Amino acid sequence: MNCFDIENLDLFYRDFQALKDVNISIPTNEITAFIGPSGCGKSTLLKTMNRMNDLIEGCKIEGTVKLFEENIYENMDVSLLRKRVGMVFQKPNPFPMSIYDNIAFGPRTHGVKKRYDLDELVEQSLKKAAIWDEVKDRLKKPALGLSGGQQQRLCIARALAVNPEVLLLDEPTSALDPISTGKIEELLLTLKGKYSIIIVTHNMQQAARISDRTAFFLLGEMVEYGQTEQMFAMPHNKRTEDYITGRFG
Amino acid sequence: MVRILFDEQLTRLNNSLIEMGGLVEYSISETTEALITQDETRAKAVIVNEDTIDDKEKEIEAMCLKLMLSQQPVASDFRQISTVLKMLTDMERIGDQASDIAELCILLSKQDYIKKLEHIPKMAEETIRMVSESIDAFVRRDTKLAQEVIDRDDIVDSLFDEVKRELIALVHKSPTNGEQAFDLLQIAKYYERIGDHAVNIAEWVIFSITGKHKDTQLL
Amino acid sequence: MTRKAKFTERLTRVAVWGSAAIAFAALFYIIGFILIKGIPHLKPSLFAFTYNSDNVSLFPALVSTVITALLALIVAVPLGVGAAIYLVEYAKRGHKAVNVIRIMAETLAGIPSIIYGLFGLLFFVTYLHWGYSTLAGSITLAIMILPLVLRQTEESLLAVPDIWREGAFGLGAGKLRTVFRVVLPAATPGILAGVLLAIGRIVGETAALIYTSGTVAQIPGNPMQSSRTLSVHMYALSSEGLHMNEGYATAVILLILVVLLNAASAAAAKRITRTQKGE
Repeated sequence: MNCFDIENLDLFYRDFQALKDVNISIPTNEITAFIGPSGCGKSTLLKTMNRMNDLIEGCKIEGTVKLFEENIYENMDVSLLRKRVGMVFQKPNPFPMSIYDNIAFGPRTHGVKKRYDLDELVEQSLKKAAIWDEVKDRLKKPALGLSGGQQQRLCIARALAVNPEVLLLDEPTSALDPISTGKIEELLLTLKGKYSIIIVTHNMQQAARISDRTAFFLLGEMVEYGQTEQMFAMPHNKRTEDYITGRFG
Repeated sequence: MVRILFDEQLTRLNNSLIEMGGLVEYSISETTEALITQDETRAKAVIVNEDTIDDKEKEIEAMCLKLMLSQQPVASDFRQISTVLKMLTDMERIGDQASDIAELCILLSKQDYIKKLEHIPKMAEETIRMVSESIDAFVRRDTKLAQEVIDRDDIVDSLFDEVKRELIALVHKSPTNGEQAFDLLQIAKYYERIGDHAVNIAEWVIFSITGKHKDTQLL
Repeated sequence: MTRKAKFTERLTRVAVWGSAAIAFAALFYIIGFILIKGIPHLKPSLFAFTYNSDNVSLFPALVSTVITALLALIVAVPLGVGAAIYLVEYAKRGHKAVNVIRIMAETLAGIPSIIYGLFGLLFFVTYLHWGYSTLAGSITLAIMILPLVLRQTEESLLAVPDIWREGAFGLGAGKLRTVFRVVLPAATPGILAGVLLAIGRIVGETAALIYTSGTVAQIPGNPMQSSRTLSVHMYALSSEGLHMNEGYATAVILLILVVLLNAASAAAAKRITRTQKGE
């Protein structure tokens, strides 16, 4: 079963074609990694999957992007789509408010109002993101007082609070130290199985460590897509080989 | 992003492996010469050479481990380095066996042979070729050559059977031939083992190119 | 270090210290001058409820100042903040109209206040027949501070990192919720600083008020009555030349008012920052 089925996707920023005929099916409850050099279109593809590209002016999309068989660019409420497909960004971006309010932001957006329900959601989400023990005594404190790594886990908890089906992560550890990175990776491994996770990363070892499948992008094209182990041991495509062995360019 | 340093290190690794291959081939051919010419000094040189091979093995092993640690190789780099690590063991074993043969040569150098050596030199010739071609196959990334090495093992095996049959016949003729026949059989067995090691090397060479080892897809 | 470099460095240091000393000296001189001249004349009678020619009480002017400022802010802040939100959050970034509005706002901020006063006189006082009234003065001031509030709010909104907007959109929040729950709270300290600047201008303004609010020293019973703020009061006292001492005393009160406002707004901004960022 696939969470996402993308067919013949072309994406333009005005005259620039950022994605060229991308076809990819992403299985549920696994970790899929998108790798490739800067500007290869991997982040663009990620942003297509929860329609964050809508915010960018002059962005035009052709082809189909289906979330569980439903075309997300036809008759789908964007707010609902983003509830189902959560996103975590490169730089930790907790809102300038308390830890509690950060987590409750999503549920409140989608109509959860009762104090009791919110309390429950906040605790569950923080527990899922393995940060509950670190913050349970300071829920009313500003989230920006946390360390970078904690902030990023908080952002994962915030995304989980609306109970998404898919979690998109755009280079979530590139601003973090190795220990915080390790914690996030562990966290993602515990989350897979319950959530379909798609991660864009510049860190090849990270892709090799945590992902089940890897897709390699170059100049807007998806060059190769397959089992991660196979990809890192025996890539089929010469360009993939050159990139992952560091002989690209 | 071109990895100049890493590529240099890989070239150095390859060169070291070729050097070690040279040392191993030298051991087999010298021990064979010592056997045919009953030359004790030559045989002793082979025994000394074993230490050189061991040192080389350790050196290359260290290179591989350091590369794995520092470069975290993937794809073909990863297969190449892991193949070198596997090949090393077999090459070192070949060195050991050549030196085992050399020890028997020293023992036999004072005796007249019970029979003119005929099939054993042929075995030696075949195994030297196998060893040298298996290493060539690695350097040239040549699966066809590696496969030829694997196939050639049958020749060595049948030569061994021949030697065994002849020696049994000689012992039947006169039990006094027994002691030397036993030593010669051991020598033949060592050559046969060297052939097996060459096959192992060839199999790892194929892995380094295809990711397949003896028909199982390891990677 | 060469001798020349050493000399240059010493010279620079002397110049920098000198500038700072002169600036502080000027400031302290003014403050000291006002305090020394004014404090001896602070009498309880100056705070009498009504003004008359015998007792030039500043109390009506104090109350008028507060009323005028509040009225002006009630009009200008929602308008300015709203317009800034439109410019930053809704209008297409880099759009021509946005740039035109921005240039106009900057130009308006640079216009001398007497021009606003004359406009107020012609439009509100005369054309709309409001007469000299607190309302006319307040609205005139509102127009005057609008560009200030707008620009300051715009800057504050632009300073809010996009990653927070993305974060809110990514959770399915709409534009409205994103702006009011995430962006605006984050921009509040900056907006407050703008409001404070605006209050500063209101409190210090005379030219724009004399022709709009008039100069009647009374607590306005309704917005259509004339009134004078502390600055206008001081202006009136000193131009009459009969009550200079009371004028200085008024200056002391004005000074205290400004200091209090500054302190209050700084405290508010700090409090907000602490609850948001834990700093």
